Amino acid sequence: MSAQSPPRGPTVPRTRAKKAAGRTATFRGARWVDERIGGAKFARTALNKVFPDHWSFMIGELALYCFVTLLLTGTYLTFFFDPSTETTTYHGSYAPLRGVEMTRAYRSALELSFDVRAGLVMRQIHHWAALLFLATIVVHLARVFFTGAFRKPRELNWIIGVTLLTLAIFNGFAGYSLLDDQLSGTGLRIAYSIALSIPLVGTWVTSLLFGGEFPGADIIERLYVIHILLIPAAITVLLAGHLYLVVRQKHTQFPGPGRREDNVVGERMWPTYAAKAVGLLFLTVSVLSMLGGLVQINPIWVFGPFDPAQVSSASQPDWYMGWLDGALRIMPGWEIRAFGFSIPNPFFPAVLLAGLTFGLLYAWPFLEARVTGDHDLHHLDDRPRQRPVRTALGVATISFYAICFLGGASDVLSTTFGLSVNAVLWTMRFALFIVPPIMAWATYRLCKELSARDGVPTASQVDWREIPHRLRHGSGPDDGDADENEDDDDPAAAPAAS
Amino acid sequence: MTDPTEPPDPTEPPEPTEPPEPPQDRPWEDEPLEQPAGPEDPASGAHGAPRSAATAEALAATCFLAAALAAIGLGVVYWQGGQTQLEGLLLAVATGGIGVGIVVWAKRFMPDEEVIEEREPLASSEEEIAEFNADFVHGEQSLVGRRILVGSLGAALAALGAALLFPIRSLGPRPGRGLKETAYAKAKGRRRGIRLVRADGGPIKPAELPVDGVLTAFPEDHTHDGDAPTLLIRTRASQKLELQHGRAAWVVDGIVAYSKLCTHVGCPVGLYQAGEGLLLCPCHQSTFNVLKGAEPIFGPATRPLPQLPLAVDDEGYLIATADFSAPVGPGFWDRDR
Repeated sequence: MSAQSPPRGPTVPRTRAKKAAGRTATFRGARWVDERIGGAKFARTALNKVFPDHWSFMIGELALYCFVTLLLTGTYLTFFFDPSTETTTYHGSYAPLRGVEMTRAYRSALELSFDVRAGLVMRQIHHWAALLFLATIVVHLARVFFTGAFRKPRELNWIIGVTLLTLAIFNGFAGYSLLDDQLSGTGLRIAYSIALSIPLVGTWVTSLLFGGEFPGADIIERLYVIHILLIPAAITVLLAGHLYLVVRQKHTQFPGPGRREDNVVGERMWPTYAAKAVGLLFLTVSVLSMLGGLVQINPIWVFGPFDPAQVSSASQPDWYMGWLDGALRIMPGWEIRAFGFSIPNPFFPAVLLAGLTFGLLYAWPFLEARVTGDHDLHHLDDRPRQRPVRTALGVATISFYAICFLGGASDVLSTTFGLSVNAVLWTMRFALFIVPPIMAWATYRLCKELSARDGVPTASQVDWREIPHRLRHGSGPDDGDADENEDDDDPAAAPAAS
Repeated sequence: MTDPTEPPDPTEPPEPTEPPEPPQDRPWEDEPLEQPAGPEDPASGAHGAPRSAATAEALAATCFLAAALAAIGLGVVYWQGGQTQLEGLLLAVATGGIGVGIVVWAKRFMPDEEVIEEREPLASSEEEIAEFNADFVHGEQSLVGRRILVGSLGAALAALGAALLFPIRSLGPRPGRGLKETAYAKAKGRRRGIRLVRADGGPIKPAELPVDGVLTAFPEDHTHDGDAPTLLIRTRASQKLELQHGRAAWVVDGIVAYSKLCTHVGCPVGLYQAGEGLLLCPCHQSTFNVLKGAEPIFGPATRPLPQLPLAVDDEGYLIATADFSAPVGPGFWDRDR
């Protein structure tokens, strides 16, 4: 795009002249756009947007970069994958499966892995990116939870975030169910049975979703549209909303000198923060490429094509479905039957527990506000130790799902440690109710201890209203009162000094 | 830069314009605030790494060049026929080199100044809300004023919405008898019953199944049915079968037949422990006692595996004389109706 040759006098060095031409071209381009849509002011605001710096604020960013990787690699994969359940015979380059009857979906996945150059590395990067997408979302959610960043005015973004988590879980499951290998077919079979267990409408839901009784004629084709179009589009839209709200409401920050409820202290977007963000994007792709190239994931050729009459032991789902599979295993063998109708066993661990999990996640900001009576705006993050009750509940919840997750590996645990499966599952059944309260108690004590040690006021030491109040209205009329309070009782002064 | 080890003086706020800090909470002592610095020389090691500018520049440039080489290598590997591990590695080096280079560049040579941005109130002012309300109500009157139009438009939209729900019905058939019946159901009333066949379609004679042997069988001509896989198990003569009432005649030479689909979530129940006569589902570890009518004895399953009434036809092959004793596979709302 060398538009016009700059004046080249004998005194102007060649490189400088080139630079000037480049600037002119850029400026001319920018001006061309500005004359039509304006936006210099908006763009400048964007350049100067302030981001508070803390390592934990980077986790959500990682999730975003995983999603970018998913879109790029996924698009490549769609050029080769054939989501059809039509049966065919394999004649490709993977010798052990030659002559085996399989669906075109499975065959195209094999060909994509063995006969398409760079196909396998793309597929494995895609799968690893999905695993890390979910992992970073969960850690990001935990960060937001434990620092209280979901409080007013950010409840809406919390709701969007939880929705993104559920969509990501569904899409991950849909993704690995497409390939129609033995493992994915088993997973679909379980998903079908879970949907079937829903009272009243279960049989209709499954028939409409699968196009009939399992395995269903249409499920792969439908999952494909869901996996590559519907859910990614929904995720993209919600992500845009998620980021818009971060810009609109500005980022939270941890308290510190000069950091108040009514300001944001941090780094400007341009150029340092933007450069670091781009660097992080490349580093994320780098880690995912390393995993995708060197660490095998989902070797479908080992599992073989799906056959509803066969199953292999140690069938484990992807990690983010592990808690659900574990809950299915830990659940004792009972169900509700009355008047000839029944609510089957899987309904309780799979539908009810999942519904409760996400229902409580959605409701948490409102539940907490109701219990604490705190309806103020909060832009300063809590440290987890400042909120012992919330932190204790969060840790207990995490331990509950961690035990469910371990339960999902009951067969692996029993073979690895030479225990009976029954002993492992009974341990899990008890642990599910014993460990979370212990974790909650230990966390609560730890928070109290830590906050007493470094003198952070906890909710019981200082009325929650005072902290944001003082900080927000530092120069306000009740400033003197706040100061006097501090002078009068300083419960943590002694331990802090020692 | 503030010295991180130096405790801030509680009597002196860091900036005169700031509100006084409550002296008892100092959670940030380990996080020194970098005072908003003036336009300092960006190359003076803003991030504290005592590395000379030249070294940092060399490091970043090396990273970029390594990335370029790796990218070229990626092209070569692809051209030569591709190799998954090398592709991943080279892609990692290429993107990682760019990433590290940019981060070094940003940390070493870009301004690291802390700035303060004020938060404007998020909520609208009362005047803005009042103005909006006025405009909205002004328009609303012309909309709501026409009650007949509002009512009829509402009816039209509701009817359209309902009509657009109907195509959902096209997605799948009505869940009828299918969940409660298998291909064996046609055996009823047929004198010859329905033959059980192997996965390759071949019929089965009882003698072909050794003691403690397990075989997956299907109704003839239905080897691909999702709901029909049947497990044939030959128990030992020493093992006493305590089947449900009226099923003693369903056994042929110690061979019992059960649905292979777990009554929990439908995984094929594949692991047979012949000594105890136990069937274990590999998915969620439900355990069924084959000798006692496949009643569940452990795990989440609540119902026994449905049993298939076996017999032998004139040619000596195994047949089913009727469908399974109950709907196969996982439970559902009206399974018992």
